[in-house]
Amino acid sequence: MVEDISNTELQELIYIIQHQYGYDFNDYAKASLKRRFVRFMSHAGVTTLVEFKVRLQTDPAFFRKMVEYITVNVTEMFRDPGFYKLLREEILPRLATYPIIKIWHAGCATGEEVYSMAILLQEAGLLERSRLYATDMNAANLEKANAGIVPMKWMKDYTHNYIQSGGRHDFSDYYTARYDSAIIHPSLRKNIIFFQHNLVTDQVFNEFQLICCRNVFIYFNRALQEKVVSLFYDSLATRGYLALGMKETLLFSKEKKKFEVVNGPYKIFRRKL
Amino acid sequence: MTPATGFDIIAIGGSAGSLPVMGKLIRAFPPEMKTPVILVLHRLKNVHSELNKLMSADRQIIEPEDKEQVKPGCIYLAPQNYHLLVEPDGTFSLDYSELVHYSRPAIDETFFSVAAAYGRRALGILLSGANSDGAAGLLRIVKNGGTGIAQDPEEAEFEIMPLAAIELSHKIDVMRTDDIATFIRSKYTNK
Repeated sequence: MVEDISNTELQELIYIIQHQYGYDFNDYAKASLKRRFVRFMSHAGVTTLVEFKVRLQTDPAFFRKMVEYITVNVTEMFRDPGFYKLLREEILPRLATYPIIKIWHAGCATGEEVYSMAILLQEAGLLERSRLYATDMNAANLEKANAGIVPMKWMKDYTHNYIQSGGRHDFSDYYTARYDSAIIHPSLRKNIIFFQHNLVTDQVFNEFQLICCRNVFIYFNRALQEKVVSLFYDSLATRGYLALGMKETLLFSKEKKKFEVVNGPYKIFRRKL
Repeated sequence: MTPATGFDIIAIGGSAGSLPVMGKLIRAFPPEMKTPVILVLHRLKNVHSELNKLMSADRQIIEPEDKEQVKPGCIYLAPQNYHLLVEPDGTFSLDYSELVHYSRPAIDETFFSVAAAYGRRALGILLSGANSDGAAGLLRIVKNGGTGIAQDPEEAEFEIMPLAAIELSHKIDVMRTDDIATFIRSKYTNK
């Protein structure tokens, strides 16, 4: 069992991955990246660091499994209900003035937040003219997200969140229960496009009125956060919105002057001119 | 051996039955102590306001934002639903991956990162609780040269948590709350 890896060993792993596979983890937050590697080694039954390095270098399938494991971010439907309430009451009415509403969920993980957004848009009568771009670097995440299947055991919590967010419909109208899974209604999915995009290496691909990137920055160091904020700035329409996770901030970013704060506690920002 | 001039970080973890003890310890901190303190509690609702009530008004408890600098004189509380990690460069990182010991925040995760970032300059304290989260973390702090204290299981409302740590290493000191407070004060007032 490998319990811990040193900073030097972490650097070696990052180097191997970058030079052999082109994935750049240099600017990930070190403490959580270490934690992900250690957890993966135990999950994969790797008992020494040497074995881990050898397998990474000789077994591409093992490498893919590793990347999918360490970048698997968990998410919830209507997480932080107050955030969704704000979207409902203050942001969506403003977005409604656009003929086509383009929203980017950057780092969408398994899609729970995108589907929450689709429900909000549906209830505001805006889904038909909305385009939701949901991206993640993790192909396995996207596959799950695209399937629109959520474990039934969470639906009670999600229903509670939904009601807290100001939802007035019967939440079960939005999915079909099949054994232990909830299948999100296909009508909610039709304007969502899922595809692979790596925030570290990929570029601007469209212009959006709203970008949601919640609980992704926490895995990056400040330098990478800075770079991604620039990417978001360039991807936002003038006066477009940026939503981060509740413990994430633009405070440390040089780019913060280019944004105004729409809501401090809920971390909603708006691109200035 | 513990450094004579105090510590660079104090990390305190606890679960069921630890809240009053935490309050007592914080009230006992000498005013001249500028060492940052990190609290990790298995969160019950409203724990933040509960803690504020338990403490003196001159010490505010901060829930850190991601990548915030760990600052002298501050007391931090791991936010609900995130693991709280300290980076080698002295900033906080939050982590929203799987639960550990059915918990997020998990005490182990914070203690591991504290052990890696601060080594012998770290003090870890593990209090009352009804599961074994924090034990492996406290062991890591001690292994990396830091100081580890577990609340005396005899005194703890729930003994499982401190007991789990004590069973892992004889280098972990066992103390009652008053003695922990005296120990900390001695590190800052005898200079």
